[in-house]
Amino acid sequence: MLEALQFNFFRNALLAGALVSIACGIIGTFIIVNRLVFLSGGIAHAAYGGIGIAYFFNQDPVIGAVIFSLLSAFGMGYVVRKTRERADTIIGVMWAIGMALGIIFLDFSPGYKADLMSYLFGSILAVPASDLLFMVILDVVILLTVVLLYKGLVAISFDEEFATVENVPVNTLFFVLFALIALTVVITMRLVGLIMVIALLTIPPAIAGIYFKDLKKMMIAASLLGILFTTCGLFLSYYFNLTSGATIILVSGTAYGIAQASKSLTNHRKNPL
Amino acid sequence: MKEMKNNPVSPVIQIKKLWAGYNSEFALEDINLNVLPGDFIGLIGPNGGGKTTLLKVVMGLIEPTRGKVKVMGKTPQQGRCHIGYVPQQVALDRDFPIAVWDVVKMGLLGCRGILQKTSKEDEKVILESLQRVGIEDLCTRPIGDLSVGQRQRVYIARALTTRPLILLLDEPTASIDPQASQSIYELLHTLNNKITIVMVSHNMDAISMHVKSIGCINRKLYYHGTKEITNEMVNAIYNCPIDLIAHGVPHRVLSSHTHEGEDHA
Repeated sequence: MLEALQFNFFRNALLAGALVSIACGIIGTFIIVNRLVFLSGGIAHAAYGGIGIAYFFNQDPVIGAVIFSLLSAFGMGYVVRKTRERADTIIGVMWAIGMALGIIFLDFSPGYKADLMSYLFGSILAVPASDLLFMVILDVVILLTVVLLYKGLVAISFDEEFATVENVPVNTLFFVLFALIALTVVITMRLVGLIMVIALLTIPPAIAGIYFKDLKKMMIAASLLGILFTTCGLFLSYYFNLTSGATIILVSGTAYGIAQASKSLTNHRKNPL
Repeated sequence: MKEMKNNPVSPVIQIKKLWAGYNSEFALEDINLNVLPGDFIGLIGPNGGGKTTLLKVVMGLIEPTRGKVKVMGKTPQQGRCHIGYVPQQVALDRDFPIAVWDVVKMGLLGCRGILQKTSKEDEKVILESLQRVGIEDLCTRPIGDLSVGQRQRVYIARALTTRPLILLLDEPTASIDPQASQSIYELLHTLNNKITIVMVSHNMDAISMHVKSIGCINRKLYYHGTKEITNEMVNAIYNCPIDLIAHGVPHRVLSSHTHEGEDHA
């Protein structure tokens, strides 16, 4: 049963899954309580523009993705902060333009581009050591930032107006949060692909939120759930020869369905109609 | 500042010829108001009459188009440290995963930075605030489990934790049942011993019994520092006084004579 573990690539994949789950658990919790799911999806897709441009100029696509996701995070973040209404429309436009830009630049790039599929659907089974290092660094950065700025981040998430009156640097903190979302999106993209980034960012904290009414506990539970889902997903994809990213998402989605169902059942028992 | 020296009691909030609004449409026109220490002012007006806008301008959340606002003699951005703000409750997203204690703790952020650790003394301040509004036994409960009235107390406790000189409340009894709002007004009445209070509401039934002075606001402000509503106010915003008369408040709020021309404060 555990023969998969003897393969180096499989152990790397498990490790990558765990590292990404920690980042997603913490940042995903902020995404959910701030209702930034759509913005995160936008960042993930716009990042494809960076990948295309990096390919065109023969640079590392990950660097292109990082730069582009940061830029789109700040752009979309600005839109969300400034224009309360219709922010989703503008994010939708930026989402599509980023993606289209990537595809056009790839059309112009010569050579073989099979690797690109890995950005769309993930390539957890081929995570290079450099990516693992990047994930470790990002986890450390996220943990340090969130621990240090915890009070402020909670304050702006809970009641931005009150935080402003208390002279909390609301704008700065939001942009720190947007930057962390962008970086989390990039490493998650390596794992499950940009199309499914949102699932890993939102499903674990959404389940955690059903059982825990405290942000810290929610983050810890979400991280642990993410590790559980990626591990189960990887083993299933190994034994049934399935695409790993999609398997992870389906495992998470099934768990989410069960959690929601049990929640409405207990609610029903508590307040029978 | 110069004018304040001439005044024996300097106002805690000073608003002069204020115009403010969104997108070139004025929600507030030519507002003049001096709030003095110890005041308990209730401002009533119809929805969309600029009540919330006025509070937001005082707190520096909205920049005035014209005119001047001073809080404790400083700009709103500096002076708002002394303001405890109790926002209008939007019942929408109070499913936020946070315990009552942590909400009240946010009052400590005030003007000292977010990097400060919470000390033993801070915890005492939090507990005191909770006790003053009478919800210390709820402190570990998630905010989403509370009733609207209890949540209102949480927000008042949070405002008290900032150790404010001024308390600004936006519709403190909206969507609260009469009994609970009665007890909230009683609480505010006690708090007013030490804290200046300005409160806005579109419902004046209860407001009129507890405040020291009443004003009406419907883009323009009609306030004479008294507890009486003049005919001028009635004409300006007849929505709310009609309400009042119809409900028959025990107090005689509508005066038989007008106070125009009388200079108060």
